[in-house]
Amino acid sequence: MSKLKIEDLKKIKEKVHSQTALREGGQRAKVTVHMGTCGIASGAREVLNALMRVIEETNTTDVIVTTSGCMGLCSREPLVTVELLGKEPIKYEKMDEMKMRQVFKRHVLEGEIQTPFVLAKGSEVVR
Amino acid sequence: MLELALHILDIAENSIRAGASLVRILVRESRSKDLFLMRITDNGRGMTREERERALDPFYTTKKVRRVGLGLPMLAEAAERTGGRLRLRSRPQTGTIVEASFGLSHIDRQPLGDIASTLIALIVGNPGSDFIYRHETDGGVYLLDTRNIKRALEDVPLNHPEVTGFLRGHIAEGLGDIGASA
Repeated sequence: MSKLKIEDLKKIKEKVHSQTALREGGQRAKVTVHMGTCGIASGAREVLNALMRVIEETNTTDVIVTTSGCMGLCSREPLVTVELLGKEPIKYEKMDEMKMRQVFKRHVLEGEIQTPFVLAKGSEVVR
Repeated sequence: MLELALHILDIAENSIRAGASLVRILVRESRSKDLFLMRITDNGRGMTREERERALDPFYTTKKVRRVGLGLPMLAEAAERTGGRLRLRSRPQTGTIVEASFGLSHIDRQPLGDIASTLIALIVGNPGSDFIYRHETDGGVYLLDTRNIKRALEDVPLNHPEVTGFLRGHIAEGLGDIGASA
């Protein structure tokens, strides 16, 4: 017997509506977890999972989380791109759950780039 | 890949890259037949006969950023070493079906692993697509359909922290109820 019902989502909907009414405005940042075969095999799902958990814990609602494919740097996976509103994207390499939590708390929430994990600045160009 | 749930994530990501708006994932465990089956059905752009024949070749890929494509070959290998096999059906403009069968009790069968994380990764990363997850065991059926969830949530996004927390609980509970293997 399942205790959590899809109807419970209605309660979540009402709760979210009452919260967002107070807080207008756009998104603070976009975080992309690269989810190609190489990323998945090296732990990208756990990185995304850690990201979602820290977002749940901090109840952050102004960060967009998305996934993308392989960008050709399979040996540096798992890769995560953090793009703060109006700033250049930062690519982090060889991520894990702890690094992801640190990057979220320090970079996404406080704006401080976590240099030791950075692979590159800017967007990749796919030809 | 250490878990079958990671293979499912990988194959479903293929569906998304193929432009699928709906991805159906079926997992079937049957003790009486000693069978573990996973089937991913999408309505993406599909493959031509030539593409389908080459899809299991690790040195074939449609990607431009690298020269290998390992997702399907690794799944085929994982299935074959448990006495199972991989079947690929596809038609251009219609979609693709990837079906892998495994010996349920075979010692080389990878564990199913963390299905909740796989589904949340798909749902969060691809809000524009819908997913139907169906898990059948001898003890019952668990079903998750993001179209129903979206209808109940209306304008609240699926990747809202309240919703992902709910989904994690819903999946874990549902799979526990039907006695799904880990």
